[in-house]
Amino acid sequence: MVVTNAASASELIQAIEQADSPVRLVAAVQALVDANLEAGIPTLITVLGYNNPEAAGVAVTGLVRFGAKAVPTLLQQLDEYNYGARAYSFRALAAIGDPRSLDVLLHAAENDFAPSVRRAAAQGLGNLRWNHLTAEAQYPAQQRALQILLSLSNDPDWAIRYAAIVGLQMLATTSADTTVLTANKLLTAITERLAELDRTDPDLVVRARVWMAQQALQRLATN
Amino acid sequence: MSELNHSSHFDEAEPSPPASADGEPLTIEKALANLNDPDVSLRYYAAWWLGKFAAGNPDVVDALIVALQDEADRTELGGYPLRRNAARALGKLGDRRAVQPLLQCLDCADFYVQAAAAQSLGMLGDPDCIPAMLAILSGGVDAAQLVPGRPHLARPVEAAMEALEALRATEAVPLIQPFLEHPVPRVQYAAARSLFVLTQAPTYGERLVQALAGANLNLRRKLLLNLGASGYLEGAPAIASAAVENSFKIIALKSLLESHFKQVEVVSLSPAAAGVMTLMDGLL
Repeated sequence: MVVTNAASASELIQAIEQADSPVRLVAAVQALVDANLEAGIPTLITVLGYNNPEAAGVAVTGLVRFGAKAVPTLLQQLDEYNYGARAYSFRALAAIGDPRSLDVLLHAAENDFAPSVRRAAAQGLGNLRWNHLTAEAQYPAQQRALQILLSLSNDPDWAIRYAAIVGLQMLATTSADTTVLTANKLLTAITERLAELDRTDPDLVVRARVWMAQQALQRLATN
Repeated sequence: MSELNHSSHFDEAEPSPPASADGEPLTIEKALANLNDPDVSLRYYAAWWLGKFAAGNPDVVDALIVALQDEADRTELGGYPLRRNAARALGKLGDRRAVQPLLQCLDCADFYVQAAAAQSLGMLGDPDCIPAMLAILSGGVDAAQLVPGRPHLARPVEAAMEALEALRATEAVPLIQPFLEHPVPRVQYAAARSLFVLTQAPTYGERLVQALAGANLNLRRKLLLNLGASGYLEGAPAIASAAVENSFKIIALKSLLESHFKQVEVVSLSPAAAGVMTLMDGLL
């Protein structure tokens, strides 16, 4: 029997839609991910909204593996109504790091009502592949990310401050590839903000994450 | 409102503001006055509010101690809701003048007053209450069974264990150990957690980790809370990979790190602490 790619994609998708137990759902999602078919991307994104964390985790892994190919659909299919699904989408976008996500990440980090979304977006802002942008576009984009992350590092929610510190650490690291001058400016701003957080943040675990970031940045400076 | 508070087994969501409130935000003066209001729902809310917002005010402590004797606010089953809230609030206000009055509350007929008093005594940190906490455990598992027709045990053993843990009362270890076999899983978990904190013996942390494997979602969450409160850092990977929503795991790992920091001489960025945070990073 010859099975074309299109046929097997729709079979795998059907298995997901018809899964009648959480265990079957997870297995069906895994099967679609293993098949590595681009036609499955929209369904994997739909799975993020099924309220099954295990299935969503598998789908996120699959989407991240597709990388840039998954980004346009992820951006189009962001679920306005289901913040759980939205948070998973942002986790996938954060891990992929495609700069096309920048505007959406900035907006979500600042404005989304769901903390889980804002955390994922904060982390995503640190992880963008700036070198996919043109040379002139890189520094302004990094500046926008920096401003939002600095603002989030003041948030009343400790976990958002924590995510912002992770984002700032990663921003310092990923921006180190761009021109020396602009990377230094960012590094200075980030280093200063981390020092301030160490002095002033009321939460011990947030301060501990600052120490971890400071250690990482010190290693960066000596390299 | 945080999704969960430490290992507190008392669901302490903010009580809904009473219908008769005039909509003005409370001040300490108003809350103190409300403690004597004929409307018992205003009293109840005021007691909660004072615990949350009135630290460092001796008048507040005095008024709450008086409220521990309240007779006006009763439930149909004979409970004393205002006393419960007053007992809880006194634990947060850090004034050891409340210790003796709270010890009296351990004889109250209302289980939840006893439990709130025991928990608050642990928070106040006065070793004078250790004998009373040991006494709560002294009847063993048999004296602490579920009360027929009620959702609670005959004695507030979980609160007592939490207090003894907070007080680092290592003499409690032999009395807590039997509760590892209590029929109610949540009590077993509390025992394992307390025993880890008191002995630092990994076997107790491992009990919690092992229990994750067979647990349903509700018990999984309780286990994560207890693992978090234990400070058993080796349990971090099990927390991070549990089949529970990420937000919950982040909070459990934070609790784990905080508990750990409270149990070490010097707070520092050890490799183990960094490992926990790396796991947290991955869950954001």
